[in-house]
Amino acid sequence: MARAATTADAFNAVAEPRRRQILDALAAGERPVNDLVRLLGLAQPQVSKHLRVLREVGAVDVREQGRQRLYRLNGHALKPIHDWVQEYERTWTERFDRLDAVLEDLKQKEEGDGNDD
Amino acid sequence: MTTSGTATVTLLTDEQILITREFDAPKHLVFKAFTTPELVKQWWHANRGEMTVAEIDLRPGGRWRYAAVADGGMEVGFHGEYREIVPNERVVSTEAFEGIPDPDANATLNTATFTEADGRTTLTILVEAPSKEVRDAMIDSGMEAGMQDALDLLEQAAVALR
Repeated sequence: MARAATTADAFNAVAEPRRRQILDALAAGERPVNDLVRLLGLAQPQVSKHLRVLREVGAVDVREQGRQRLYRLNGHALKPIHDWVQEYERTWTERFDRLDAVLEDLKQKEEGDGNDD
Repeated sequence: MTTSGTATVTLLTDEQILITREFDAPKHLVFKAFTTPELVKQWWHANRGEMTVAEIDLRPGGRWRYAAVADGGMEVGFHGEYREIVPNERVVSTEAFEGIPDPDANATLNTATFTEADGRTTLTILVEAPSKEVRDAMIDSGMEAGMQDALDLLEQAAVALR
C-alpha cells in the first residue's frame, strides 16, 4: 500500500498543467518563487499552492537563502511516473507500428479491388 | 513501410490519459483494423505474445473481449461493453483488466476518435477512469506488468548466458 500511495500522489502532482509548467521551469535549475510567479503569470498564492502539492510528494525541494525560498526539482520522486508512462507509451507504440503494417495490407487490398472493377 | 512515429501519451487530469497517433491511411481503414477481430489479432498484442481471443460485438450494449498469452504462458484478458459506435468516427467502450480484483468496478471508459486529413488519420484514445483510485489501480497494475516484463527479459538474458 505504501508504494501505491506514493505513486498516486506523484501522478496527481503532474496531472495538473500548471504544476507541469513549474516542474519544467525547475528542470532548468533552482528558482525563487518570484521567478515562477513571473514565468507562469499566476498570483503568488496560487503558485505557492502548487508548490506545496509538489513538495508534499517530494517532487520539489526547498531551501532558505537569506529572505528567499529557493525551489529545485527532485527527479527521483518523479521516476515512477516516468517509468509507467514510458512503458505505456512503448506498448502503444508497438501496437501502432503493427497497425501500420495491417493498414498497408488493407490499402493494397483496396487498390487491388479497385483495379478489378 | 510507413512509420508515423511514436504514440503520444499525456496525463490530462487525475482521471484521464490521452493516447494519440497519426496513420498513413484513410479513417475507414483505421476503423476497420480497430474493430475487426482477425485484424485486431494482428496488432493489439504489441509483440508481447500471441492473441488467443478477439471477440467483438460491435453495437451499443455489445461486448468485447481480448486475451493474449505472453511468451511466459500467462494469459492476460481485457473485456468491456460498447457504449457508442459511429462507423469510421468514434467508438466508446468500457475496458476492464481481468488481472486485478473486481475488474468491472475498476473499468475505464475509452473513447477512440478517428479524424482524417489529406488521406491520413489521427487516432486519439481518451482513457477515463471513474475515480482517481481506479486510475491509480490501473497504473499500479500496469507498473507491475512492466516490471514483470523487465524481470522476464532479465531471466532470458541470464539463461542465454549459461
